[in-house]
Amino acid sequence: MSIGAETIAVTVTDIVTVNELVTRFKFKRTDGKLLPAFSGGAHIVVEMQHGDQQRRNPYSLMSSPFDLSYYSISIRRDDKGRGGSLFMHQEVGIGDEMTISYPVNVFSLDMRAKKYLMIAGGIGITPFLAQIPQISCLHGHFELHYSVRSSALGSYVGYLTAQYPNNVHTYYSDHKQYLDLDKLLTKQPLGTHLYICGPKGMIEWVCKTAAKYGWPRETVHYEEFLTPRSGKPFQVTLAVSNKTIEVSANQSLLEAMESAGVEAPYLCRGGVCGQCETDVCSSEGHFIHNDHWLNDEQRASGKKMMPCVSRFEGKSLVIDR
Amino acid sequence: MSTFEFPESIKSRPTYGTLEPRRGTHHLFVADAEGAEAIIAIGQNHSDMMLKTHIIYIPKSTGDTYIDKLKALSAKQLYIKPGFKEALSHLRQCLTRAHMGIQIYLTGTENIMGQAMAEAISAGMPHTAIQTEHRGSVARRMQCVHCKGITENVITNPFVCSHCHLNLLVRDHYSRRLAAFQGVCIDAEDPGNIPTPVELYQ
Repeated sequence: MSIGAETIAVTVTDIVTVNELVTRFKFKRTDGKLLPAFSGGAHIVVEMQHGDQQRRNPYSLMSSPFDLSYYSISIRRDDKGRGGSLFMHQEVGIGDEMTISYPVNVFSLDMRAKKYLMIAGGIGITPFLAQIPQISCLHGHFELHYSVRSSALGSYVGYLTAQYPNNVHTYYSDHKQYLDLDKLLTKQPLGTHLYICGPKGMIEWVCKTAAKYGWPRETVHYEEFLTPRSGKPFQVTLAVSNKTIEVSANQSLLEAMESAGVEAPYLCRGGVCGQCETDVCSSEGHFIHNDHWLNDEQRASGKKMMPCVSRFEGKSLVIDR
Repeated sequence: MSTFEFPESIKSRPTYGTLEPRRGTHHLFVADAEGAEAIIAIGQNHSDMMLKTHIIYIPKSTGDTYIDKLKALSAKQLYIKPGFKEALSHLRQCLTRAHMGIQIYLTGTENIMGQAMAEAISAGMPHTAIQTEHRGSVARRMQCVHCKGITENVITNPFVCSHCHLNLLVRDHYSRRLAAFQGVCIDAEDPGNIPTPVELYQ
């Protein structure tokens, strides 16, 4: 039994090159049944068996929540990452069988909103591709502001502007087009909820600007595209399992535990949901907290860490697993 | 001071804080009676904020007591209305025209705060982002769970429903949607066995 999310056996039924960096994968259930229902903003965790290394990376579902015959995800190739995206781009082919988790949503639409103001950067567009049909079907209002590097790298710009010409605004940074955020955030009707997905810097900029103009915290939602970051290898002692394991440079602590046969809880694998929160028994060194879950006080205490994205550098680390 | 410390109760019962100025593009205050004191306490120390402030005030039994002091705050707009019903269309218009960035402050009786909050929520403001401060009367707005009629300004427990005349127990169970507490028949099992009404919180 897995303490993490339940899994589904799927078959890769289509692979489409979206542009130089982004590839789209289509999954159908291997047993031919319908996939589980999900809501816009949900993601799945894809298990990647690459030789003897196993990775589990989260990707937003971008297919319509109203069509459960398949799931689609879009993956941006990250040449400097841990290798998960490269594996998907280079090793996976049509007809391959893979394992994915049930969908989990940590970026869901607040149905009380009168309007959805979406701000996307780059591959951060993917959750919005599933949310937009959901909002349209419910006759909700939305406005998407999408920043991309160039028209060649603007994934799904053509589709979005053709389908929703009045709702989608695109900004090309190679043409020095930038979003006027101050103007945008001071002209929104009461009841607007803000949804942000993209690089860390963009999320911080939008959150800070929204706070400056008095947007309630409850109306600002964001999802950073966070896959576990690489770092220096380190050693961890698992107090409950009575094991000492090595976490390699391109592995997360959670993945290292899983490889060692230790089942640890998880859900998002992106440092947001809080499911994998782990007590630290003792440590000599410093933590590299990459999550969005722990508060400053918890971080300072040195007593908690999120093994899905966070790392450690130092002499010794003992955790309660 | 017109403050009252409510005893601790069930989770459903609203709790109130102390208004404090927040960063925002506009500020809307809705208050009745002694709630004026809470507005004045903020306004006297934040004249810059008053330039972007809209006040809707219902004096009720306090009459002219606070009017001059409120006027002296030089808020951008000050509307004085005889009752919540009369203030309602104006409040709705304000909320319809409002933009994200507006800060909402409610102060006075539970009655006015609850009703103004229900309007603000239906306009799209998250209830947790609305500030409240109780001042003045502790009378409650009650809904009879049997006939659904609302009885305003209930000050004793039990009380008689002004619609169906059942004797109702004052509960702390609160509805944000209705902006009312629940009143439940107190002598359903033993008709006529009605405790002597006692003033609330006595």
